[in-house]
Amino acid sequence: MTATVDVRGLRFTYPDGHEALLGLDLRVEAGQRVALLGPNGAGKTTLALHLNGINMPDQGVVRIGELTVAEQVLPEIRRRVGLVFQDAHDQLFMPSVAEDVAFGPANLGLRDAELDARVDEALAAVGASELRPRTPHHLSGGERRRVALATVLAMRPDVLVLDEPTSGLDPAGRRELVDVLSTLPMTQLVITHDLPFALELCARSVIIDGGRVVADAATAHLLTDDQLLGRHRLELPYGFDPRIVGPSPAR
Amino acid sequence: MGAGHAHPLYVHGHSRVHRMAPEAKVAAAVTFVAAVAITPRQALWAFGVDAACLAGAIIASGIGPRFVLRRLAVVLPFVAFALFIPFVASGDRVDVFGLSLSREGLWGAWNVLVKATLGASASILLAGTTEIPRLLTGASRLRVPATLTAIASFMVRYLEVIAGELGRMRTAMAARGYAPRWLWQARPIATGAGALFVRSYERGERVHAAMLARGYTGAMPDLGERRASIGEWAVAAALPTIAWLAAVTALTGVLT
Ligand SMILES: Nc1ncnc2c1ncn2[C@@H]1O[C@H](COP(=O)(O)OP(=O)(O)OP(=O)(O)O)[C@@H](O)[C@H]1O
Ligand SMILES: [Mg+2]
Repeated sequence: MTATVDVRGLRFTYPDGHEALLGLDLRVEAGQRVALLGPNGAGKTTLALHLNGINMPDQGVVRIGELTVAEQVLPEIRRRVGLVFQDAHDQLFMPSVAEDVAFGPANLGLRDAELDARVDEALAAVGASELRPRTPHHLSGGERRRVALATVLAMRPDVLVLDEPTSGLDPAGRRELVDVLSTLPMTQLVITHDLPFALELCARSVIIDGGRVVADAATAHLLTDDQLLGRHRLELPYGFDPRIVGPSPAR
Repeated sequence: MGAGHAHPLYVHGHSRVHRMAPEAKVAAAVTFVAAVAITPRQALWAFGVDAACLAGAIIASGIGPRFVLRRLAVVLPFVAFALFIPFVASGDRVDVFGLSLSREGLWGAWNVLVKATLGASASILLAGTTEIPRLLTGASRLRVPATLTAIASFMVRYLEVIAGELGRMRTAMAARGYAPRWLWQARPIATGAGALFVRSYERGERVHAAMLARGYTGAMPDLGERRASIGEWAVAAALPTIAWLAAVTALTGVLT
């Protein structure tokens, strides 16, 4: 199952008065994979937290499929939208990896064999089956990221939102993440500072800056617009030329 | 810290006590402490029985007497307080090593000391062998109201988060050449306490957000974990039963 994500005129001010989103519009079709780019403090994480109702809009609407995010429908919204947090430390809190992955589906009411199967399936999908009995806080950064992804996949979400999924991964781990994500059928919003990763994984990219969408186009097109990148503090790694690399077969 | 489970009192292990279903352990600890609390202070033998049983359980748990002794430092303030009582209390005096002490005060000090020590040791044994989510599961299976367990889990969450953040701050300071041996020598930590609480609060909020994002509604899902069997209840009941027998025997002995 996949679902569209439709954000219209989203405004949000933090309790301390900081205006983080200033009328943001974004539509992502069911099954589409989009990279969300932008400098530090642009409002990317703030947007992600709106997609499953952790933050509630001050103005505007967020729609997942036909359902508008609101207090009364939060359980269903949270089943539909899986959020992988920027800091995997924040995501894992149970005594063992298996229990942590089971936490979400257990909240959905799954039990016993069905729950076990879900946990196995999710861990296998991220290549972390052997981590099952381990303690999350003893894992390495990359292992923790994979488990964090599994905790969300175990809920079989229609929309997957990943906040900087490549940070802390070694090149092989990053490669494996591309492989995992490119085979998942659901709608995906991938927040990242890793521009080659965006190019490899997502045909479409959106640049967010100052709480608004400032560019929305094919990733290869955005990444070759040096002036646009410069205006929004985005930089390609040294020696990386998207014109030569081209889009990857992963998509 | 994976925020939430590796609470500083927990000792990883696979002993019989670790594996025991949480509701049995929680019930045993609470009733044991209650028995200790009502034991009359003159019944030295009863406290001896309690201490012996508890020592047996601690050995069986494999968390090690040294761990328990170190954690017992939390009762030190009570010890300091108790040491005062014999000097200031009134009533008839006895001479101990040439010091004139109040007999009533000595009993008062003993009462505080022995009950605080036994109570704290039992709590340390429970916490040392049970992770937080299991403690909460145990409490809710004992029909402790959901609001209470939710508040308890909330407190635990922030305590742990604060402990974790404090550890990280100390590491960061040590990495830059500052090596406080004791907490109270750490002036930069004391001055950074404000920042510590803000950081802890915000981390706690993020962990909570992550739980909400996965459908948490305020109660830990009972993960179909094995419930306490009759045999387990029997084993768990042994400790408080003996303590209650001792307490009741001592009480009736004192009354008659
Ligand atoms: N809890 C908060 N309270 C107040 N202001 C906040 C809070 N969280 C974020 N902000 C502010 O809101 C703005 C947007 O923050 P956000 O975390 O969404 O940025 P981001 O695009 O995810 O940045 P990064 O790439 O660094 O993760 C920033 O200016 C930030 O300082
Ligand atoms: Mg962010």
